Amino acid sequence: MLAFIVRRLFQSILVMLAVGFIAFSLFNFVGDPVNNMVGIEATIEERERMAKALGLNDPFPIQFARFAGNALRGDFGQSYRLSVPVEEAIGERLPATLELVFVAAVLALAIGVPLGVYTGLHREGAVSRLLLTTSLIGISLPTFLIGILLILTFSVWLGWLPSFGRGVTVNIGWESNLVSWEGFRSIILPSVTLCLFQLTLLMRLVRAEMLEVLRTDYIKFARARGLTSRAVNFGHALKNTLVPVITITGLQIGSLIAFAIITETVFQWPGMGLLFLQAIQFVDIPVMAAYLCLVAFIFVVINLIVDLLYYVIDPRLRLDGGAARAH
Amino acid sequence: MTDPVPLLQVEGLRVEFPTRRGVLVAVDGVSFHIDAGEVLGVVGESGAGKSLTGAAVIGLLEPPGRIASGQIRFEGQRIDNLRPERMRRLRGRSIAMVFQDPLTSLNPLYSIARQLTETIRTHLDLDEAAARKRAIELLDEVGIPAAARRIDEYPHQFSGGMRQRVVIALALAANPKLIIADEPTTALDVSIQAQIIALLKRLCAEHGTAVMLVTHDMGVIAETADRVAVMYAGRIVEVGDVQQVIGDARHPYTHGLMGSIPMIGHDVERLVQIDGAMPRLTEIPAGCAFNPRCPRALPRCRSERPELVSAAGAQVACWLFDGAGSDR
Ligand SMILES: Nc1ncnc2c1ncn2[C@@H]1O[C@H](COP(=O)(O)OP(=O)(O)O)[C@@H](O)[C@H]1O
Ligand code: SF4
Ligand SMILES: [Mg+2]
Repeated sequence: MLAFIVRRLFQSILVMLAVGFIAFSLFNFVGDPVNNMVGIEATIEERERMAKALGLNDPFPIQFARFAGNALRGDFGQSYRLSVPVEEAIGERLPATLELVFVAAVLALAIGVPLGVYTGLHREGAVSRLLLTTSLIGISLPTFLIGILLILTFSVWLGWLPSFGRGVTVNIGWESNLVSWEGFRSIILPSVTLCLFQLTLLMRLVRAEMLEVLRTDYIKFARARGLTSRAVNFGHALKNTLVPVITITGLQIGSLIAFAIITETVFQWPGMGLLFLQAIQFVDIPVMAAYLCLVAFIFVVINLIVDLLYYVIDPRLRLDGGAARAH
Repeated sequence: MTDPVPLLQVEGLRVEFPTRRGVLVAVDGVSFHIDAGEVLGVVGESGAGKSLTGAAVIGLLEPPGRIASGQIRFEGQRIDNLRPERMRRLRGRSIAMVFQDPLTSLNPLYSIARQLTETIRTHLDLDEAAARKRAIELLDEVGIPAAARRIDEYPHQFSGGMRQRVVIALALAANPKLIIADEPTTALDVSIQAQIIALLKRLCAEHGTAVMLVTHDMGVIAETADRVAVMYAGRIVEVGDVQQVIGDARHPYTHGLMGSIPMIGHDVERLVQIDGAMPRLTEIPAGCAFNPRCPRALPRCRSERPELVSAAGAQVACWLFDGAGSDR
């Protein structure tokens, strides 16, 4: 198992290096760093001095090593647009996105998994059919449309919930929407919008896995031993659906972060996605690079957690040495 | 037969599958009984309806399969129409089941200990420690070496034969009165089959547990059963004491099966002695279902269906024996 973790860590580092390299390349291939720093009117000498100061005359590997070293310390330089250190700009926006993604993921799991179990157990029922049909709509409607429809309904017509922004936040080490009801009101519509796709996906996945597992011999044998329906369905059956569910959930948290860009735009949610969009408009390369690295880092960490969860769940992996399972 | 109320009494059991192209009758008017502590062998080729009969008894027919008519009585009480919760309490506690494939019968994610104690505590009023103690005793009893240590291992750490021992321990966990063993050795290595059958036989004798032993292996029946029921195309065609049926088979189908008795543990899926195969449910011929394959078929066999009648110690459904066993 240790060998497996070490190998996974090594792979993660490779991934981070590759992403870091792409981020670094942005500086050199999208626009000219010196232009970006000193403006077009600078003299040739000024440019030379600047290039030297930035180390742009150093060989490529040294430049990259310097970039990577700085990135490790969280230093991505100054934002061209905001004229503050990038880590500051991102640090300010990160909690908004993470809270949004967190609430969306919790909603997707807390609603999607039980609905999946329900529709798996009552596959012929009228409620199940209705849920499945509705979920098709959930999967096929684009996120921004769902967001706009929700705003129309709950903000414009009913006036229950705010339609944009974070509203009232409370500082708990970071600015949070989750500790006061006023703040929470603001996060409801964006997180519902963000979670709908993942929710339907999870529901359908759990349903399919449940149908599969319920056909197995060990479920029949569990029933034949007189175990209660609860023990059979939620113990034996549900646990056996967990490995794929966790895999998908892990991957989906990544895509929640990606989809957050759209949701944040629709709801003017001041998160990283919005920051990233603005960075693209202004060719604010340090911010773009930092965003890329951060998102990649989150992906890698989630993947590691997912791999470790496999071990927690499945004894066959714990004991055989994990070489058998690579995904 | 001596006991006025047998442990299990099945009467006129009919299991149907409604399909788009009409109703399939998979078990058709099956009647038999099992006395306390008795081993009833049930034989017949694949598709004869053996498993469905077992599933009906323990109340685990999978929809759309259903009991269309007939009665199942356990200790004199009807159990075929019990509410699901009542039937669940009976399962494992009074009637247990052992399935064919030990490799897939155990939940791969739970330890043996967890599966045993969960089953024990579902039916018996024991705390966790007492349940664990009982679990270790059960594993000892079914011949798992170093049971106290191995109990915390997971199914994949056991071989096929060992897993079937664990399955038997699970079936015996609450000391049931009847075990339905559906081809308990078919999936096992030939060298282990005899051991498992011997184990099942010994344990059930010790505990006074009755067994409905489903198999298509006449050899196993000869070694193990007290009585035997022979099934063909959803019906019982011959039933009686094992000595009687094996030593002096009446029904031509039983005769055919006899050819497949060479030695215990021999797996005979396809019987060379009988030409052809058992008809599919949609193609069961009129009259005696066996008539297209029967070497002794009479004209009436093609139009009239024979019912079970007594024929010298056994009951036979065949027109060759329509009197009181007069014909030979
Ligand atoms: N779900 C089902 N739908 C339709 N027919 C079925 C179903 N399950 C079993 N059968 C049919 O019922 C018959 C008896 O099956 P089974 O009891 O499993 O036979 P056996 O155990 O004697 O081999 C077979 O012909 C089989 O095809
Ligand atoms: S009833 Fe006729 S066809 Fe059927 S087994 Fe007897 S002799 Fe053969
Ligand atoms: Mg069968």
